[in-house]
Amino acid sequence: MGSAIMLWPEQASTIASQIDTLFWFVTAVGLIFSLIIGATLVGLAIQYRRQSETFVPTPVHGSTILELAWSIIPLGLVMVMFFWGLFIYVDYNRAPENAMEVYVTGKQWMWHLQHVGGQREINTLHIPTGRPVRLIMTSEDVIHDFYVPAFRVKMDVVPGKYSYLWFEATKPGTYDLFCAAYCGTEHSRMIGKIVVMEPSEFDRWLTQSADRSLALQGRQLFQKLQCITCHHPEANNRAPILEGLYGKRVQLEDGTTVLADEAYIRESILYPKKKIRAGWKPIMPTYDQQVTQDELIRVIAYLKGLKQGETPPLVQQSDAPAVKDEK
Amino acid sequence: MSISQPIPTHDHTQIELGFLRKYIFSEDHKMIGIQFLFSGMIFLFLGGALALLVRLQIGWPYGNLPMVGNWFPASWGGKMSPEFYTMIFSMHATIMIFFVIIPWLTGAFGNFLIPLQIGARDMAFPKLNMLSYWVMWPSFILMLISFFVAGGAAGSGWTAYPTLSSAAMPDGMTGSPASPNSGTGQVLWLISLLFAGVSSMMGSVNYITTIINMRCPGMTLMRMPMTIWAMFVTAILQAMALPVLTVAIILQLLDKTIGTTFFLPPAGMAFGNWHTGPGGGQPLLWQHLFWFYSHPAVYIMILPAMGMVSDIISTFARKPLFGYRPMVYAIAGIAGLGFIVWGHHMFQSGMDPRLGTGFMIATIMIALPSAVKTFNWLGTIWQGNIQYTSAMLNALAFVSMFVIGGLSGIFMAATPVDVYIHDTYFIVAHIHYVLFMSTIFGIYAGVYYWYPKMFGRMMSETLGKIHFALTFLSANATFYPMHIIGVGGHPRRYFDITIYDTFQHLQPLNAFMTVAAIILGFVQFIFVANFFWSLFFGKKANRNPWHSNSLEWAAPSPPPHGNFEGNVPSVYRGPYEYGHPETQEDYLPQFEPNGPKDTPGGSH
Ligand code: HEM
Ligand SMILES: [Cu+2]
Ligand SMILES: [Cu+2]
Repeated sequence: MGSAIMLWPEQASTIASQIDTLFWFVTAVGLIFSLIIGATLVGLAIQYRRQSETFVPTPVHGSTILELAWSIIPLGLVMVMFFWGLFIYVDYNRAPENAMEVYVTGKQWMWHLQHVGGQREINTLHIPTGRPVRLIMTSEDVIHDFYVPAFRVKMDVVPGKYSYLWFEATKPGTYDLFCAAYCGTEHSRMIGKIVVMEPSEFDRWLTQSADRSLALQGRQLFQKLQCITCHHPEANNRAPILEGLYGKRVQLEDGTTVLADEAYIRESILYPKKKIRAGWKPIMPTYDQQVTQDELIRVIAYLKGLKQGETPPLVQQSDAPAVKDEK
Repeated sequence: MSISQPIPTHDHTQIELGFLRKYIFSEDHKMIGIQFLFSGMIFLFLGGALALLVRLQIGWPYGNLPMVGNWFPASWGGKMSPEFYTMIFSMHATIMIFFVIIPWLTGAFGNFLIPLQIGARDMAFPKLNMLSYWVMWPSFILMLISFFVAGGAAGSGWTAYPTLSSAAMPDGMTGSPASPNSGTGQVLWLISLLFAGVSSMMGSVNYITTIINMRCPGMTLMRMPMTIWAMFVTAILQAMALPVLTVAIILQLLDKTIGTTFFLPPAGMAFGNWHTGPGGGQPLLWQHLFWFYSHPAVYIMILPAMGMVSDIISTFARKPLFGYRPMVYAIAGIAGLGFIVWGHHMFQSGMDPRLGTGFMIATIMIALPSAVKTFNWLGTIWQGNIQYTSAMLNALAFVSMFVIGGLSGIFMAATPVDVYIHDTYFIVAHIHYVLFMSTIFGIYAGVYYWYPKMFGRMMSETLGKIHFALTFLSANATFYPMHIIGVGGHPRRYFDITIYDTFQHLQPLNAFMTVAAIILGFVQFIFVANFFWSLFFGKKANRNPWHSNSLEWAAPSPPPHGNFEGNVPSVYRGPYEYGHPETQEDYLPQFEPNGPKDTPGGSH
């Protein structure tokens, strides 16, 4: 929604207008007070500037009535703010029962988003209008913060802990998703988008993306983790091509054979020196502590389905492609 | 209850101390105060330079930096890198808060004023006092060294949130899985703040003891100037909150060096399976401990200024301070509430909403004592005979800037609004209105006001007024627009916002703020010039150049070792007897034996 010159992001969620109204109330109170105080200060400062060396002001030491007045009136106003704020705060914290759930993982410096149906997204979250969405969030490394200005919502994403955030989008469109909690060098480039769609369109998107299975994500990891730099036909015979590997028996250097099942693949990724394939040098680095269990599952799922001639082209950078480009 | 001090057998003024004992390892509270003042000034300029670098990147992202660019590694091509940026904004805040504002308020003014204003010859523990200054030096030096270690100085913000800051360093001492500059730099940062904390604690203990035990005859609690009340409450806050920060720092230090996991969740839940410790720690634990100290600390960083400004306004309005007792209660109220509001920095950390509600009501209540203070300052100038000295102008600026900063605080106290503006530039605006524009104006007011007492000469009023006007304008131009971009959603601590279409239109405003900040920075040289010029060429000051009432004006300017010639003075009334109906002059000092005693309605 970039082009329009606006100082204030649009309101695109149900809570946005509530928060804005309270904001304007506080602003009004603040403005009135600063005007009163400012005018009084300037007025007094001018009226009572020193006009003669000999003038001796009347010593006024205080006034109980005034003290009471300027304690009680602000008390009343802040109490209004408190109860009004509380009212919204309760709403803000209580997600409706029927909310659609999305799992969010923050990591330096990207967002992983996973729908209940298994659809996974990176840095872009598709959601429908008119349906409450509840995020279940955690972080893989440092504290991040899921911040959508147009929705007026913000919640920290903390490692070792789940935090929750809910909202209901009201207007289709693409909105900024920022990381608001300082999370290191590339904090400002933790770019994300929220794509809000009409419900029917969203349902279509959801079914289209349904086949974006674990395997597809594994393919992405295969590139990202640099497996491909060696396990590729153009890689000067550094490592075996893995097409059609799954389910075959593999000849090992010590003369034995082993069935290439999930356990074998997992072991080869985490502890490559344990079983060396005959005819290959033990040059593969260990991925222990560099892949999560979750990622391992996806890479294995990918290798299980990898057919003849399907090894992806050599790419340098593993920037996660947007969902649509993948297909 | 005050005890009278025995008159020393030797005359203090006669002792001749060598240069070292007099200027360097001095046990004289006045010299220690001045030492804090000077070192604070050095760091003000270092911190300011860092701030300008931050602003340059925001105003002109990736601009070729003139001069500074040449110091960068060749591979950066004269431009700033994100690592460098994160380092400088972290160090800017760290230096300003821990090396400038706190040492200036409590170290410089606290030291200089407490014995003088309560009629004591020195602090209760002069050696401890000297140590409290010299313990700052390891802190200064470690922080400065940290700029040159591998990875650079700490880059996890002045708040140093784990796990960004605390993840241990697997490859020796230089790196961290989270951030290139939370390696050795972060360790030095932690150790440095440990020393700074020790210094503050020594100061606090000393201030509390001195104020309780060493008031001169007649100086009852309710006759103490507001400055002393503020210093007293600040010292108590400091003494109660600091141990918590110290513990937090030590825990983080252990996490970083020997691999404990106080702030790290179990293996597998952060940084893959990378760490080997037992895990089970909590990143949020740090935030609780840190803010349990740092929220009171923000009041440590303004209460003394409030006290000083109260004295200054009363003096130059030639009127008694309006509502002395309510002012004392307000300080106590702010301090008391200050201990139960730390959670307002964590509303979005995923805390239980019931807990959040408690923090919300406590925070919103701070508005009350703040309002009481503001209105009482207005009451003080009402019907006065106001003299616009540089000190008075700065003091009035303090009041008006505090109003803006306090009111922006209410936005954030209303939790749902905070949900939106937390961690945006609105917070940056708030911080700077209260910390930079209130406190620094308060400090400048204090310097102009007490300079004659410190150095026996007057500062130039002309330069003072030029400095004031330019600072006031450029500071508002720098920080006011931050409210606007903040509610526009501009997050804080962003290296580069130009990559977002949404913020393109804010770029001119950002550039404008940078220009204003540069002006603001350079204008401060007027102050420094005035300060040093007056040191040698200022008009000689007499004992009481402002016709003021409190005890420090009974001593010569500058006061000799031991402060008061002959016996310590006795006090006959409160410190705000301006315009007393039964006297010739428009003021009646606390130490003047003749004349009426306390007026009804005044300070008893
Ligand atoms: C009426 C008085 C005040 C209220 C209600 C208030 C409220 C708040 C709240 C709620 C926050 C957290 C905002 C957020 O991070 O989302 C905050 C931040 C802050 N306040 Fe205040 N405040 C007040 C006065 C002051 C004063 C007098 C100072 C210092 C002299 C101060 C210094 C700070 C600082 C430094 C931060 C930001 C810390 C950071 O995140 O880096 N505040 N204030
Ligand atoms: Cu971030
Ligand atoms: Cu606070």
